[in-house]
Amino acid sequence: MFSYTFHWNQALKALPQMLDGALVTLQIALLSMAIGLAVALALTLFRLSGNRILGGFATAWVEIARNTPALFQIYMAHFGLGSFGIHLSPYAALLAGIAFNNAGYLAENFRGALKAIPETQTRAGRSLGMTSLQAFRYIVMPQMLRVAFLPATNQMVWAILMTSLGVTVGMNTDLAGITQELNARSFRTFEFFAIAAVIYYLIAKAVTLAARVLAARMFRY
Amino acid sequence: MFDTALTLADLGFLAKGAAMTLAVTAVSVLAGTVLGILFGVIRNQAGPYWSMPLTFLLDIFRSVPLLIQLVLGNALQSIMKLGWAPFTTSCVVLSLYTAAYCTEIVRGGISSVPATTRRAARSLGMTWWQDMRYIVAPLATRVSLPAWIGLTLGVMKDSALVLWLGLIELLRASQILVTRLQEPLFILLICGAIYFIISFPIARLGGSLERRWSND
Repeated sequence: MFSYTFHWNQALKALPQMLDGALVTLQIALLSMAIGLAVALALTLFRLSGNRILGGFATAWVEIARNTPALFQIYMAHFGLGSFGIHLSPYAALLAGIAFNNAGYLAENFRGALKAIPETQTRAGRSLGMTSLQAFRYIVMPQMLRVAFLPATNQMVWAILMTSLGVTVGMNTDLAGITQELNARSFRTFEFFAIAAVIYYLIAKAVTLAARVLAARMFRY
Repeated sequence: MFDTALTLADLGFLAKGAAMTLAVTAVSVLAGTVLGILFGVIRNQAGPYWSMPLTFLLDIFRSVPLLIQLVLGNALQSIMKLGWAPFTTSCVVLSLYTAAYCTEIVRGGISSVPATTRRAARSLGMTWWQDMRYIVAPLATRVSLPAWIGLTLGVMKDSALVLWLGLIELLRASQILVTRLQEPLFILLICGAIYFIISFPIARLGGSLERRWSND
């Protein structure tokens, strides 16, 4: 067909290398998700605090994260921060960019989830003598996380897909980076990237499945 | 930062990049929406069992990174000797990517119309097409439009990835300027501001539409 000979053997020989890259991809996604969740919680608290400066900071973060491309955010971490004398490695820049993005989207998810929790519950907690932080920690947050779990799962899949952007800032240890390096050496673009696509697909599906099992276990009642 | 080597011509170069971003977005969203409506209706008509192949196919576009899709699309067009320009390849890949998400939105919109309403229309003697045109379309649009606006903005932001195929859109244009002028922060900030100015008002509009239309 098309006078092009596919060389799948050559590409399949590199499979162990690519699977190593997939582990790095998963690692970055998980780390960025953990950082993103922590920051998103902080941003949500800032927004709830009623403090104008903190609230404004949180809103600015969310709007910038949601209204500029993820690739731009990674570029900003990699090239932009250099002006402040901060020189991040591709790995750190990628992680910072994705974590920034995740935090913005997750904070917005949390805001949506908060709407599902009646404000009277916070007031009930407060009238029982809880501080506002306690009321948030013990009453609001568990319910919020429960409602936001499914959107957060989607965000996790997004994070995995976003890790592929690292290759544009010179990342060469994750799945996309390794694939690109193999491609540069052999010019078997289609074969290598098709295998990478299959691996990404399988990772995304595995994460979705794991999240579903986890949700079924955690939210049984 | 205040004495910059950035000239008016460079700003024009950025504006050209922004125009390229908008052009890619417009073509992809237009084609993707048409395909998405088509696939959405097909999926709705065929039911979950018979539309499984289509569902699986579209799911691939949502589970594989767009960058990989673009590289694969480009490799495929050169293997098939189609001789497409990067712009065409980018638009084709992005259209399919958009269609995959749009299908979900359309399907959600259609299934939000109560079956009883549709049966009432059919029992009044409306044909399937009339039911679709006069009953389902207006009600489903109301549900789907905010999500569709979100999708459009998402595609606008994701279109930055076409720089990998050598297309000079907004982000690539600013990268070229950064390489030449060595003022990464300033130029990237301008680039980000342009994205933000395009995206933010539309996102706000989508948000307010969603609030206004979800009340009843």
